[in-house]
Amino acid sequence: MANFPRRRALRRAERNPRRGGRVVSALLALGLGTVAACAPDDGIPRTASGHPDFNGIWSALGNAYWDIEPHMARPALAMREGPVVPVPANEVVALGAVGSVPSGQGIVVGGNIPYLPEALERRDENRERWLERDPEIRCYLPGVPRANYMHLPFQIFQSESKFFIAYEYAGAVRDIYLEDPGPPQVDSWMGQSVGGWEEDTFVVTVNGFNGQTWFDRAGNHHGYRLVVTERWTMLGPDHLMYEATMEDPETFSEPWTIRLPLYRNVDPDARLGQFKCVPFVEELMYGHLRKNPIR
Amino acid sequence: MRFASRRRRPRGLPAVLLLGAGLGVASFAACDGTGGAGNANVRAESEDGWVVPRTADGRPDLQGDWTNGTMTPLQRPEGEALVLTAEEVAVREGRRREYIDDRNAPSDPDREAPPVGGDGSTGAAGGVGGYNYFWIDAGDRVAVFNGEPRSSLITRPEDGRVPALTPEGRRRRLRAYGRLAGEFDNPENRPIGERCILSFGSNAGPPMLPNYFYNNNYTIVQTPDHIMILTEMVHDVRIIRLGEPKPAPGDVRPWFGESWGHWAGDTLVVRTENLNPDQMAAYVYLFGPGSEKMTVTERFTRADERTIHYEFTVEDPDTFVESWGGEVPFTRLDGQLYEYACHEGNYALSNVLSGARAQER
Repeated sequence: MANFPRRRALRRAERNPRRGGRVVSALLALGLGTVAACAPDDGIPRTASGHPDFNGIWSALGNAYWDIEPHMARPALAMREGPVVPVPANEVVALGAVGSVPSGQGIVVGGNIPYLPEALERRDENRERWLERDPEIRCYLPGVPRANYMHLPFQIFQSESKFFIAYEYAGAVRDIYLEDPGPPQVDSWMGQSVGGWEEDTFVVTVNGFNGQTWFDRAGNHHGYRLVVTERWTMLGPDHLMYEATMEDPETFSEPWTIRLPLYRNVDPDARLGQFKCVPFVEELMYGHLRKNPIR
Repeated sequence: MRFASRRRRPRGLPAVLLLGAGLGVASFAACDGTGGAGNANVRAESEDGWVVPRTADGRPDLQGDWTNGTMTPLQRPEGEALVLTAEEVAVREGRRREYIDDRNAPSDPDREAPPVGGDGSTGAAGGVGGYNYFWIDAGDRVAVFNGEPRSSLITRPEDGRVPALTPEGRRRRLRAYGRLAGEFDNPENRPIGERCILSFGSNAGPPMLPNYFYNNNYTIVQTPDHIMILTEMVHDVRIIRLGEPKPAPGDVRPWFGESWGHWAGDTLVVRTENLNPDQMAAYVYLFGPGSEKMTVTERFTRADERTIHYEFTVEDPDTFVESWGGEVPFTRLDGQLYEYACHEGNYALSNVLSGARAQER
C-alpha cells in the first residue's frame, strides 16, 4: 500500500528539496501509518475516507476507438469501388497509411454488438457514409462510453464530495453526481451521470442522451434511450478495468458489455492537453460560406 | 442547442446576433475522512458561528457550484464612489427589476415585423429582435463584497477603471480592430464566443468575470494537488496545478493560460501566464488586448457559507500603464449546471455568414 503515497511524497520532495525531507519523514511517520491502518494492502491508492483514489490522467491503449468490434486492418474508413478491389475514397486518399484503420481484437464482451436487424442496417449505412455522419469529424461531444477509449486521454478529479472527468478531446466534461438529482433536466450529448460505490468499484449510471453520439469511428450507434452502466475498478496503482453495459431496447436485442483496461500516465509532469477542435473544423463546416471560398 | 441553468436557451436565432460514500463499510471504518490532517489550529469562525468547511487535507473547501452573475459593471461610471448606499442599491435593483419585468412581458403576437435593416437597437438582442429576456440571465443584484455594495468590480486603480494603454498597447489595439475588418467575410473574423471556442467576455478567464448576458456559472472540484474550475459556457475547463510551478515552455499557450496555485493560509493563490494570443486578442472587446507578457494573479477565499471572495490582479506592462485588479463575489448557485453544447448547435455562425453572402448577391 505504501507505494503510491511514497511516490507522491518523493515527487513533492523533488519539487521542494528544502521541505521535502520533512514531508517524507512526516508521511513515513504518520501518513503511511494512518493509511496502512485503514486500507487493505493491495497497492491501490485511497482517499482519506478509504475509497480507491482515481485522481490522475488515464488513457486506453489499443484500437477500440476505430471500431469496438473485432476487425482486420483496412485501407481507410471511407472507401469507394475500385477496378479490382475497393480503394480509399477521394476525400481521404491523400492521407495514405495515416488514414488506414489498424486491426483490433475488439472490446465487446462476446465479440459482436447484438443489434436489432434495422439497427444493424443503420450501422452499415453509417459506415458507408462515415464522412458525413461521424460526430467526431465535426468535433461534436463524444458521448459515453466513447469518450473513455478515444485516442486522447482524460483526467479524473476526485474528492470526498465530487467525481469529475475532464476529457482532452473537445474539452468534454462529466460531473458525476454522487447524489441522484432525479431525472435528467434535458437530453444531452454526454448524458447525466450518477455514481456510487459498490465495495471498491465506482458504479456510474448514465442516461439522458440525445441519441446523436456513436461508439466508435465504424458507425456503431445507439438511440436516445440508451442507459450505460459503467464499472470503474482499480487493479493496482496505475491500472484500472473499465466496463460499460449498454441497454437500449430500440437498438439492441439484449444488453451488452464492453471491457478494457485503462492506464495511468505515470510521468510526474504529465498534464492533460487541450484539444479544443472547434476552430479546426471551421473550414470543413463553414468554408463554403466564406466571402471568397478557398477551395 | 445550448442550455442555461434553470432555463432552456436555443442558440439558432436569426443572424441578428451579430455579437452575434458509503465506503467499504465495516472494513475501513477507521477512515473517517479526517485523515488526521484536520487543521484545527487555523479554523476560522465568523461572528455568526459559521466555520470554514474543510477538505480531508485540511484546506478550505471551495467545491460546488457557484455564480458570479451581477449587475455591477466591470468599470465604475465616472463620479461614483466604490461603495454604494443602501438607497442607491434599492434604486438600481428596483430599476433593473422593472426592466426585466417589462422585457419578460408576453410579446404581442400581432406585432409588425421589424423594419428592414433593424430597429437601430444594438447588442445581442438588438436589430431585429432575437433573444428576449426569458433567455437572458444577466444579473439582477448589485455585487456585495466584504459587506459592501459595489459600483464596479474593478477596485484598483482607485477610480475603478481599466488603466490607460501604453503606446504599444494602443498599437496592439489598432491591429486588433484591423482584424475585425471584413467581419462577415470568414468564420475567423467572428468573435471567439460566437464561434463556440470560448465563453463570452472573460467568463472562464483569467480573470473570471461575469459576461453580463447569461450562464455565469461555475463548478469547482478540489484535490490535494489540483483545482479544476468548469465554466458552464462552452464547458471551458481550467486545470490549476498546486505546488512549486514548473512552467510550460513559452510556446505552449493554452486557452486560459498556464496556471499554478498554492495556499497562502486559507486563501488559494493562482498565478497564470502563457496566455493564449487569440484569447488575448479577444480581450479587445473588454480591455487590452493583452500582450504575451500578461499575467493574472487570482485569490480565492471562502467568506461564508454562500460566498467565495475572488480577487484578481492583471499585470501587463506592455499594455497598461499600471497593474489593475478587482474583487468579485462568487455566490452559491441554487440549481444545476447544464451541458452547454455550443458548437453542436451553432446555427448562428452559418446564418451570419450565409446572410452576408445573400446580401452580396
